[in-house]
Amino acid sequence: MNETVLLDAGSGGRASQRLIKDIFHRHFHNDLLDSMDDAALLAPPPGKLAMSTDSHTVTPLFFAGGSIGTLAINGTVNDVSMLAAAPLWLTCAFIIEEGLPLETLNAVAADMALAAAEAKVKIVSGDTKVVPKGACDKLFVNTAGIGQVLVSDPPGGAKIKNGDAILVSGSMGDHGMAILAAREDLSFLSDAHSDCAPLSALVFNLVTQVSPIHALRDPTRGGLATTLNELAEQSNVCMEIYEDKIPVTPSVLEGCSFLGLDPLYLANEGKCICILPNALAEQALQAMRNSPHGENAAIIGHVTERKPGTVILHTRMGGQRYLGMLEGALLPRIC
Amino acid sequence: MQQSLLADMDRTSHDPALCRKLLDHLSALLQGRSLRFMEVCGTHTVSIFQSGLRSLLPANITHLSGPGCPVCVTHEEELATLMVLAEIPDLVLATFGDLLRVPGPSGKTLKHFRASGSDIRIVYSPLDALNLARSMPTREVVFAGIGFETTAPAVAAAILTARKEHIKNFSVLSFHKLVMPALESLIAENANIDAFLLPGHVATITGLSPFLPLAFKYGKPAAIGGFEPTDILMALIKIAEMPDKPDIRNAYPRAVAADGNPTARKIMADVFEICDAKWRGLGPIPDSGLKIKWDQYDALRKFSPRVPPAPAPAGCKCGEILKGLLQPPQCPLFGRACSPQSPIGPCMVSTEGSCAAWYKYGELPS
Repeated sequence: MNETVLLDAGSGGRASQRLIKDIFHRHFHNDLLDSMDDAALLAPPPGKLAMSTDSHTVTPLFFAGGSIGTLAINGTVNDVSMLAAAPLWLTCAFIIEEGLPLETLNAVAADMALAAAEAKVKIVSGDTKVVPKGACDKLFVNTAGIGQVLVSDPPGGAKIKNGDAILVSGSMGDHGMAILAAREDLSFLSDAHSDCAPLSALVFNLVTQVSPIHALRDPTRGGLATTLNELAEQSNVCMEIYEDKIPVTPSVLEGCSFLGLDPLYLANEGKCICILPNALAEQALQAMRNSPHGENAAIIGHVTERKPGTVILHTRMGGQRYLGMLEGALLPRIC
Repeated sequence: MQQSLLADMDRTSHDPALCRKLLDHLSALLQGRSLRFMEVCGTHTVSIFQSGLRSLLPANITHLSGPGCPVCVTHEEELATLMVLAEIPDLVLATFGDLLRVPGPSGKTLKHFRASGSDIRIVYSPLDALNLARSMPTREVVFAGIGFETTAPAVAAAILTARKEHIKNFSVLSFHKLVMPALESLIAENANIDAFLLPGHVATITGLSPFLPLAFKYGKPAAIGGFEPTDILMALIKIAEMPDKPDIRNAYPRAVAADGNPTARKIMADVFEICDAKWRGLGPIPDSGLKIKWDQYDALRKFSPRVPPAPAPAGCKCGEILKGLLQPPQCPLFGRACSPQSPIGPCMVSTEGSCAAWYKYGELPS
């Protein structure tokens, strides 16, 4: 397949039809999409629904451990899951730069289909636009998702209480390091793999086995440090976490040491933070560890009243300091 | 998770029990004496704050952060020069990432210039910049050469390679600086520094000898230190061990040879000659800079940029802070008009600056 996407394919005519039939429909087909109507007809389950949307752009489109396709599915699946919801349906919209090889688009769609299958979510509606060269960078993908909320009192950033335990579902910084390694062609970081994965199964196990959960959030851009600061501000509490309890893989640690970066500020795409009453911490830890993508879950600290609105890191050597939000973009240092 | 040598070393150098022992030993050596020490390396600044070491130092030890962050000491005029060059059509400016967010005299950063169309590329080494020049023979590539003795040899090697291969579209803005002249200049202005924690990276190149006057001319004991908490504690212990007979000690022998790296110094001497330089916050210091010997590779002489006057920002106390005369929170702008989101002075700009470190890691409530 040496063909590329031409502007014609965005015209809505036969060329568009071919793109939809040969690529999107081939990979995404299911009972709801197959009707090929202007909108998907959905039968809502009982109870509340959670809904979220996210637009995805990443350079390069493919990296160790994932692609823009896996990110687009898992990003929205995870956002919906963070409300203790089981994701059911997704829509996806593609903005394609003219000249993108069809093979690339096909590979992205194949990744999306696999990720959707793992997350047990159906792609029920879609859209394609082709824009002139230079109007976008290769390919942008937007997804929106709806899920069924599984509990009566869903978690929220403002529900955290003094004394709560803070857990993470696995190692921190893998996605950020993998993207940096791919983008900058840093061959010595070849071990760095993105953690891009759906958290729907893990969240299902967690919320159906442990209650109540005060907060669930996925620490994507800005990493653990930034997300914990947002939560500390939202609930006006102090988060005290322990550096030696936070899982970080050796390859991320080495990359950070070389580039002068901190893994706690690197993005994650398949991890969540769970905050709940301390008495339930062990139970939640076991639920996570027994779930897909949760084997390395850990209890990393507690919520206190020490200085509300801040995060305090107890360092490995036994000292303490504030762990602030990310300022601007991460840039490697001089020496 | 797999095992890793680096991860093992990292564990040892942050080992709480070992650090506690070293801290107790340090306290015992000082026996109630006070110690005001200054470090002159951004990596030391960050490590001391980031590791939490600062929160564990005994009350009689005062940590001062001197002119050790290369971004912080890059003079306003030098930044303005970079920005003038960035606006030359078709010119590619290659720079280390952390220069990108430093505001120049106009308040704009290189990020703003990049957003308005300047071709500014982040590189990890001067050789990357040379590769850019090779790959784009019709365009001029200028490398922003900032940093101390640590980075200068790699820049010199890139220039030598360009000369050997007759690459004519590569040049360097040499804003490199030498550490020792700055230390002498600040000792003249601040007698209230007891000792120096010397930069391990710089010493791998220079060796011990350039620092000897600290002890033998100015009576200040000093130790070369590595960058992990245990390295820094070992260096402070060396300093505390010589209250009456100041000397220069090497507490980082696994990386620093007494004679440094003569090959690297030879390459530097082949390419650069020592010149006067302006330091942000400290002003002009004689014989503290490095100038390229050949016009063709010196972007200043190649492009003769017309740089508008670049005054220091009003009210900023960074000069006093870099000299150890004030601590960051004593500056009236600190945390109010000046923060990492909108930095005014050099020490707040770089993540390795002392004001930025104070702002970020701060003083904790008990």
